[in-house]
Amino acid sequence: MNTLFDKIWDAHVVSLIADGPTQLYIDRLYCHEVTSPQAFDGLRARGIKCLRPKQIFCMPDHNTPTHDQDKPIVDPVSKAQVDALARNAAEFGLTHYGMMSPDNGIIHVVGPEKGLSLPGMTIVCGDSHTSTHGAVGAVAFGIGTSEVEMVLASQCILQQKPRSMSIRIEGELGRGVSAKDVALYLMSKLTTSGATGYFVEYRGSAVRSLSMEGRLTLCNLSIEMGARGGFIAPDETTFAYLKGREYAPKGEAWDRAVEKWKTLRSGEDAVFDKELVFDAADIRPMITYGTNPGMGMPVDGSIPADAAPKALDYMGFQAGQKLLGHPVDYVFLGACTNGRIEDFRAFASLVKGRRKAPGVTAWLVPGSWAVKRQIEEEGLDTLLAEAGFEVRQPGCSACLAMNDDKIPAGKYAVSTSNRNFEGRQGPGSRTLLASPLTAAAAAVTGVVTDPRTLLSPVCHPELAEGSPAL
Amino acid sequence: MKQKFDIIESTCVPLPLENVDTDQIIPARFLKATTRDEKFFGDNLFRDWRYNADGSPREGFVLNDPRYGGCILVAGKNFGSGSSREHAAWAIAGYGFRVVISSFFADIHKNNELNNFVLPVVVSEDFLSELFEGLAADPGLKVRVDVPAQTVTNLSTGRSERFELNAYKKYCLTNALDDIDYLLEQKGKIEDFERNRQ
Repeated sequence: MNTLFDKIWDAHVVSLIADGPTQLYIDRLYCHEVTSPQAFDGLRARGIKCLRPKQIFCMPDHNTPTHDQDKPIVDPVSKAQVDALARNAAEFGLTHYGMMSPDNGIIHVVGPEKGLSLPGMTIVCGDSHTSTHGAVGAVAFGIGTSEVEMVLASQCILQQKPRSMSIRIEGELGRGVSAKDVALYLMSKLTTSGATGYFVEYRGSAVRSLSMEGRLTLCNLSIEMGARGGFIAPDETTFAYLKGREYAPKGEAWDRAVEKWKTLRSGEDAVFDKELVFDAADIRPMITYGTNPGMGMPVDGSIPADAAPKALDYMGFQAGQKLLGHPVDYVFLGACTNGRIEDFRAFASLVKGRRKAPGVTAWLVPGSWAVKRQIEEEGLDTLLAEAGFEVRQPGCSACLAMNDDKIPAGKYAVSTSNRNFEGRQGPGSRTLLASPLTAAAAAVTGVVTDPRTLLSPVCHPELAEGSPAL
Repeated sequence: MKQKFDIIESTCVPLPLENVDTDQIIPARFLKATTRDEKFFGDNLFRDWRYNADGSPREGFVLNDPRYGGCILVAGKNFGSGSSREHAAWAIAGYGFRVVISSFFADIHKNNELNNFVLPVVVSEDFLSELFEGLAADPGLKVRVDVPAQTVTNLSTGRSERFELNAYKKYCLTNALDDIDYLLEQKGKIEDFERNRQ
């Protein structure tokens, strides 16, 4: 009652079906190439058009190669899917940012950075990580292809209203602890189904102190706790991030919008269906040891005694084992989870003055061309190159390995992506999810390493002394 | 495929694993199809659990066990977590399942099943564990799912439970109508909503 979720949801109710779902109006639909072709086929089969084409934005991201994007895609099946999106967008009159367009990138990186995702909106996409856009104070959630077809056809969707959950994180995050660690910590506490059926509002001083990039990372991972979405009430951080972006309101319209957005917060008397509180000081850099994102632990911890045997068998680990010092074959920085400028800054700050460990293959994939341009403007590409790293071209890449970036069977990858499911990064691949800092620490040492031991020794002189890289 | 639901009585395929994610139901490399070819997706249902890398069937996986069959899949809790890919529901439908029984479904996948005329039936943990035990002892065990009455019955023990299904969705399933059919009739309401929010 009187939560921000209620306010945004209720403002978009077109009708209520008796003993049924709500007909919800959708402000923004994003389409990528994987989950949309069958929806466009559906429109053609019914002989109908899109009701509101101006509210729909399309871009390929899952299949795009991370090198030589100026050449045709080699895999004919991937190419067919990317081409189909361009064709469908043209046929139905939708905005399309094709491969090599300066506006292209991962849909969940591009939406916020172009100001297409704004506070108070309802936003959907045929992709579970649509929850990302909640960071701007929107109700954003992933849907299936049939539901994409519903929105294409009617700008509406039929949904049961989820319950509301408040997750409050109070206090200050420790040095070397990022939004990714907060999310992995929450998942390890709630499991991958702990928030199923809920929409989460993240609150508390630790959440407020996160940058926009950090908030996008936190909200991105809401689905990994089972939540349909997660969001953060808009504040000065949000407004500062959005101001001047291409699709954000301008001039007087901006001032009016900000006044309205300032009212988007849960009431003092708000009643959530569930409330959880965590202490930021309890959160350490995290890493996963198993085959779902809830199987996580502090990077310097030991695998729990009751860890699922099937998962440990797949990963080649044993209960009670420590992962510190475990060899790493691949490092992946990128995805809609950690493919933003701040993630590259964090990674670069740790590898500065060090070298990529021999034997480690590192894929650094920006989330968009805009991120890649900013990496170059800030000179991070040069710094990374000096340390032996190459910045590739944008796309989803090794997060789900639909392009050529596949982790080979049996190999260990420290990955900043969002899922460590069996075979997710390539058949037989073994994924350890972690933050950009922890990924950087693995990249320069070749083993699982607590990134705090490689940070400047001011805070942890005793830890830094034993660091393998110094 | 749109099809009418009434009473289904069938043997079952048990998959007593928890947290089965949609990457396992249909791995990402099979998502490149641009058509809704249910046979293709059905052939690749649980691909990496069902087949070895060389394409030979993996012994011990239930879909390769000739003792089990039928149009009801029985799965451990938190079925369908992870990716929103509707291809997972297409694979389940394409293989020939019409009902999935579990004690808990992930949200997006549950909607995807319903939108593809696969019925997710939520039962209690007790009902589910008794059903798994029954199926282990007797692969011929049958279950009856009565959609009009919203009941699910283990025909071996006679144990029956009522399952949730809202009146709207029940009407759709029993009449083979989908949500888009409904929404297309609502254009007036949508335009009114857009005018009123200006």
